[in-house]
Amino acid sequence: MFSKNYFVTPWGIIAVGILIGIFAALLQKWGNPGNMGICVACFERDIAGALGLHRAAVVQYIRPEIIGFVLGSLISSLLFKEFRSRGGSSPIVRYMLGVFAMIGALVFLGCPWRAILRLAGGDGNAIFGLLGLITGIWIATFFMRSGYDLGRSHKTYTSAGWILPITMLGFLVLLLLFPYVPGQDRSGILFYSIKGPGAMHAPLIVSLAIGLGVGFLAQRSRFCTMGAFRDLILFRQVHLFLGVMALLIAAWITNFVAGQFHPGFENQPVAHTMAFWNFAGMLVAGMAFALAGGCPGRQLFMAGEGDGDAAVFCLGMITGAGLAHNFGLASSPKGIGPYGVAAVVIGFLFCLFIGFTMRRKAA
Amino acid sequence: MAKTIDARGFSCPQPVMMTLDGISATDNGEIVVLVDNEAARENVIRAAASQGWLATDIQSENDEYRITMAKG
Repeated sequence: MFSKNYFVTPWGIIAVGILIGIFAALLQKWGNPGNMGICVACFERDIAGALGLHRAAVVQYIRPEIIGFVLGSLISSLLFKEFRSRGGSSPIVRYMLGVFAMIGALVFLGCPWRAILRLAGGDGNAIFGLLGLITGIWIATFFMRSGYDLGRSHKTYTSAGWILPITMLGFLVLLLLFPYVPGQDRSGILFYSIKGPGAMHAPLIVSLAIGLGVGFLAQRSRFCTMGAFRDLILFRQVHLFLGVMALLIAAWITNFVAGQFHPGFENQPVAHTMAFWNFAGMLVAGMAFALAGGCPGRQLFMAGEGDGDAAVFCLGMITGAGLAHNFGLASSPKGIGPYGVAAVVIGFLFCLFIGFTMRRKAA
Repeated sequence: MAKTIDARGFSCPQPVMMTLDGISATDNGEIVVLVDNEAARENVIRAAASQGWLATDIQSENDEYRITMAKG
């Protein structure tokens, strides 16, 4: 009755994880920053910088991978008739969870995707980030078990589901209208980095094509780096976890072959060695992703399927990036920012507040 | 009459949690779960299968799914 979706079988999700792992590592070879072939948090932060929402000169670039994630998922969901415009499940809460997820991720310097890629590149600091991520998700599962949810979403006008995809198309148009001019930090209305990670990127067409491919495959397979650990903790289910492990191993092998594997803790690319804050930043991010129902990648893929609540979360993350750099909350390779500690504490308290108060049994 | 669980409007993990709760609460060997997205449909069926429950019927109407499951 329903055409079989091979991507949701164990081998399907493993194949998707392998492909993402290989291409993420190759994106580094082709120009993206070290251990940052794909980082949803970093790339949304770079987009915030390109739009001038923060003015950290080294992280300003409209990352085509993010555009590709949303549009690839849109194409896949339209093709397989899975596009559903929906929304209205606590958007303001999702927005703020997005803000704090980004702030937590920027204290660690990466989202769950990059935490895995950092580990695959030999960065030992990622271990503390991943432990923080798992702990944050584990805390969130206590709330889920006691009735936490953000309420039902509802069907809405088709056009509502198109807002984020159209916004991404707009970003692509801006990127083509105002392309990078070597040595210049502005082109039209866009800001660019002339040094630092924001200046390191694979060719536009390569980034966009890989982004589209990943978006397409991830929509089909429901790939999610947060769900991987959540389902393992909540249900002892390994399905999504298989995909994440496949990504890790494929990226590690690709790095090894490409000469990009450098084990150690010191002098890792775009990383700091403050173990506790790597852990704590990712703990807050992990809680926020779990409470919002998806890792930052999955939120982009769901937004591409017409989920307006996921779209709001993504916009919250871009806002969080602006705040993180304007207020000195984000870390740098030297260590945490001047107000990073305060931001992590506030983010943690916010997640607890949401978790405790939004339980049906408590309502 | 089989117990009906309305998980429409929810994204995972809620539909799966509701299904597993329903399975442990029912005593007549059959439940019906309503969901409104494909990911929830797949996850509910996968989770129920891990408990030895199999989908015996899946009806689709207006982008919604009505999944009947029975203890295998």
